[in-house]
Amino acid sequence: MTVKFGSLAALPVGKSAVVSRVRGDRAVVRRLLEVGLVPGTRVTLRRVAPLGDPIELNVRHFALSIRRADALRIDIE
Amino acid sequence: MAPPVVLVAGNPNSGKSTLFNALTGARTRVANYPGVTVDCLSAPFTIGDGRTVELIDLPGTYSLSARSREEQLSVDALLGRGRPVPRTVVVVVDATALARALFLAVEIIATGVPVVIALNMSDEAARDGVVVDAARLQALTGAEVVRTVATRGDGLAALTAAIDRATARSWADGPAIERPAALGADLAELEAAIRDEHILERPGSARAWATWLLLSLDDTGADDLLGIPPRLRALTRAIRERAAAAGRDVDLEIISSSYRRVDALVDAVVRRPAEARRSLTDRLDSVLTHRLGGAAVFAAVMMVVFQTLYSWSEPAIALIESIVIDAQRLVAAVMPPGPLTDLVVNGVVAGVGNVVVFVPQIGLLFLLIGLLEDSGYLARVAFVIDRLMRSVGLHGRAFVPMLSGFSCAVPAVMATRTIESRTDRLLTMLVLPLMSCSARLPVYVLVTATVFAPGERIGVFSAGAVMLFAMYMLSVAAALTAAAVLRRTVLKGPAATLVLELPPYRLPAVRVLAFNVWQRVRSFLVDAGTLILALTIVLWALLSYPRAPAAAGPGEQLRHSFAGQLGHTIEPVIAPLGFDWRIGVGIIGAFTAREVFVSTLAIVFDIESVDAADEPLREALRTATWPDGRRLMTPLAGVSLMVFFVLACQCMSTIAVVRRESGTWRWPIFMFAYMTVLAYMASLVVYQAGSRLGLGVA
Repeated sequence: MTVKFGSLAALPVGKSAVVSRVRGDRAVVRRLLEVGLVPGTRVTLRRVAPLGDPIELNVRHFALSIRRADALRIDIE
Repeated sequence: MAPPVVLVAGNPNSGKSTLFNALTGARTRVANYPGVTVDCLSAPFTIGDGRTVELIDLPGTYSLSARSREEQLSVDALLGRGRPVPRTVVVVVDATALARALFLAVEIIATGVPVVIALNMSDEAARDGVVVDAARLQALTGAEVVRTVATRGDGLAALTAAIDRATARSWADGPAIERPAALGADLAELEAAIRDEHILERPGSARAWATWLLLSLDDTGADDLLGIPPRLRALTRAIRERAAAAGRDVDLEIISSSYRRVDALVDAVVRRPAEARRSLTDRLDSVLTHRLGGAAVFAAVMMVVFQTLYSWSEPAIALIESIVIDAQRLVAAVMPPGPLTDLVVNGVVAGVGNVVVFVPQIGLLFLLIGLLEDSGYLARVAFVIDRLMRSVGLHGRAFVPMLSGFSCAVPAVMATRTIESRTDRLLTMLVLPLMSCSARLPVYVLVTATVFAPGERIGVFSAGAVMLFAMYMLSVAAALTAAAVLRRTVLKGPAATLVLELPPYRLPAVRVLAFNVWQRVRSFLVDAGTLILALTIVLWALLSYPRAPAAAGPGEQLRHSFAGQLGHTIEPVIAPLGFDWRIGVGIIGAFTAREVFVSTLAIVFDIESVDAADEPLREALRTATWPDGRRLMTPLAGVSLMVFFVLACQCMSTIAVVRRESGTWRWPIFMFAYMTVLAYMASLVVYQAGSRLGLGVA
């Protein structure tokens, strides 16, 4: 059973979660999917930029940074 | 017959261009892709037995669907749209970001084109204990896999041999990626329709085209699908709508199933250490992107960048300027006096000088950017500062170009190349000429020294210093406001996103750095330089013709010239800003470069020696009057003039370089227009409001 956890933006630093859904504008969704954030992928929040945004993720063993506004559209469980 | 085309494809920052340069050396030229304004390098490349192919370095891309023009160019080339169908594709795969790189490789292999995988930076992955089984990858993908280290030039011979073998192979039906049943049926339907249209030279790639059509059909901006027969477009749309009605998401299905293939590949070929080692990059990042430590390092690095551009290039610039003056004297001494000599001295030699004088700053800036980019720190700069830049609609990567704008807009505009998206890049290059560059400083110095007495104070500060500070603040505020406004109007793009890779830290390779700096300098000299030279000659002619009667002094000649007449013509327009025709002539002359304002003004006022520190010019300006006897250079007129110089696009070199970098005249013309209007309105408000309020008029 999976528990809905909210959005990726709410994930604490150092914690992992699994992507369940990416919502929003089609072009943005597609770009996020293409860089590996497809549902079922485990992501880890590595760190947060000094000004609180953007955030750094570990996705499929590489480092990727996205803005909080986009992270809000990524549901995790 | 044209040589066969071999494409080099890969993710942005995969080492693709470095590998391309290592393979082809200095024989590159800009590839001709009609209708696109994207740079794309191409070079003849010998693969064996003297056979030559055309090797083309495609812009970095993540997939076979495209959001930007750069990506569109890559996709079109890979699918063979509007260009010769490629014989072979070299996919550069960054071993430190293997999954994402293989996502592109898998899509390209599916088109059926013979592929060679250049497995780049696997030495670096190995340092973190990650081992990639190249033989296994080759067996599973059917593409020959060659290990390379582009920065050291390792593996080039093996790669060349592999390209040679691949060009001998023919296109096959692409190996199908396993798709969900419903999607498979959609693709099959579309594939059959594509075959019926007979638009493909390689029918085997119909499946890849079908995938691309489904992913790229965009209901709003349809430019991706230009040249696609209406019937296919209608069918694609119908299939998408049918899927959506059934609650399916076609984009998600395609990308997810491709990633399933990638994950299976990665599982099969990669061995990772049981316990993940804490990498050097991770340890460095915990300092370099730390709330306090990161900010301190950031400030220090940017200080060095700024200091280097602002002061360390000075000696080289001074040397170039003195050589130009010597050359002018030499030419003037050996050639008989006359219009031809004048053209050579003040048109051609001065024009060449106007071009070469930018080389130290361009070279230094690109050396610094190369160091930052290749070491991996430039991505962290964007990471650290993106929050601030975003508030005005700029990308985190716009920071270094904007900062460089304080030194000179010309190298700064060139530096916008590090920004991937065209909209973000255009926005940055359109606003950064508002940053107060070093060429404006002589104008500020002349004006403040003219209109303020040395002891004059505003509060505890000297009036000149306060004004200088205010001009810098104005320039930053204007640039940021212009960015925010343009972002919401002229450059209203799709929702702004940031997908920033943070590559591992690595030591930059000197050879690669030097090569890239040389490429940039050469590109500037050839493309923007010729335009700057031409504009210098045009301005020289404006200032020198028609000739004044013989034995006239330089001042009289200038007053007699087109520029002098133009000064009189525009006086009614600029008088409300507090400028008379003489200032107008100075502004026209300053189009060569802003600091030329000072020397042009000196000629108008018949001052012999010209230097911003020269007292005679200041004295002449202080005593200058309007015909009705009012003082010309009141403090208010001085402030108005400085405001005008902060905001106006008084620089032909900036226009030339924006023309070069944007690929069209549209953007430099727009930039010149909006900056001129802005400058005029601001000076008008300053002078008129000040006059009404009686500020600085005495």
